[in-house]
Amino acid sequence: MDHTATATTHAEGQQHPVAIYMYVWALLFIVSTFSYLVDYFHLHGALRWTLILLFMVVKAGLIVAIFMHMRWERLALKLAILVPPLCLLILIGLMAIEGDYTFATRLAAFVH
Amino acid sequence: MAADALTTNATLDGLHGAAADLAADKQAFPVPWGKLMMWIFLLSDTFIFSCFLTSYMNVRISTTVKWPNPSEVFGLNVGNTSVPLLLIAIMTMVLITSSGTMAMAVNYGYRRNRAYTTALMLVTAGFGATFVGMQAFEWSKLILQEGVRPWGSPLGAEQFGASFFMITGFHGLHVSAGVIYLTVIALRVWNGFYDRKGSYETVEIAGLYWHFVDLVWVFIFALFYLW
Repeated sequence: MDHTATATTHAEGQQHPVAIYMYVWALLFIVSTFSYLVDYFHLHGALRWTLILLFMVVKAGLIVAIFMHMRWERLALKLAILVPPLCLLILIGLMAIEGDYTFATRLAAFVH
Repeated sequence: MAADALTTNATLDGLHGAAADLAADKQAFPVPWGKLMMWIFLLSDTFIFSCFLTSYMNVRISTTVKWPNPSEVFGLNVGNTSVPLLLIAIMTMVLITSSGTMAMAVNYGYRRNRAYTTALMLVTAGFGATFVGMQAFEWSKLILQEGVRPWGSPLGAEQFGASFFMITGFHGLHVSAGVIYLTVIALRVWNGFYDRKGSYETVEIAGLYWHFVDLVWVFIFALFYLW
């Protein structure tokens, strides 16, 4: 009896109106088209990179929040899953510095 | 009893709720264990893909040779005009469509609609297989026509081939595994396994994996193909 009670609690746990999925689906199509257009119109420099990252974050956020139901989970789970990837920012920062250093060394040593 | 242990503190929200969930003498995360384990697996997978993308960033910054322009490399000829990144744009749309059908499958699963859930999951797997097929075409084109290798590339920086095959190869492997995974679960939905079990949460867990594959593609598309 305990088992069935648990099962039904969960089974109906993540049921949401179909309309919200359709809406997010359409949004994902639109934002993907925008990011493709960034390339199609040959945007360059800071504008290009800002738009690419902006559209990337919007799409990732929609997928995680709505399709993966993270929006409806309890805060403890959100924190457990979404906070650890932030340490990757440190790795990315360090590797960017290291890459610049290697580039400078190569320029000094090999390129005349 | 088990149900009580899962629902205690459910009325508390925000930080107080999170603190109570983690500190109280009960199960910390009130979700099915399979779902929590899938989330933790996806978290570890996030780190793997991030390491690939970070190493790609590192070699692209540090190379003194010109990086090939992905917009041209992955262009397709329609008639006589070359459309930049066309194949990749179509692949992106295929994957987003499959994510949408998967979300609908999870929804119909919770409504106990066996036929719709099975059909939508098989459609999702079909889109996944289409994606892998297009990727096979892309790889063949790059290897046979352009002569790109994991250790070199006639188009520019050698690191291009290494990063490309590593990142898209690992992602393609995830899509292929997902196609098999979804097909197996879809067949179990169809034969009534989850009706007898009394819960369709397995469909949602499979959905988490599939959406993650789409999520990774969002990052690869932005950082490798568009950058």
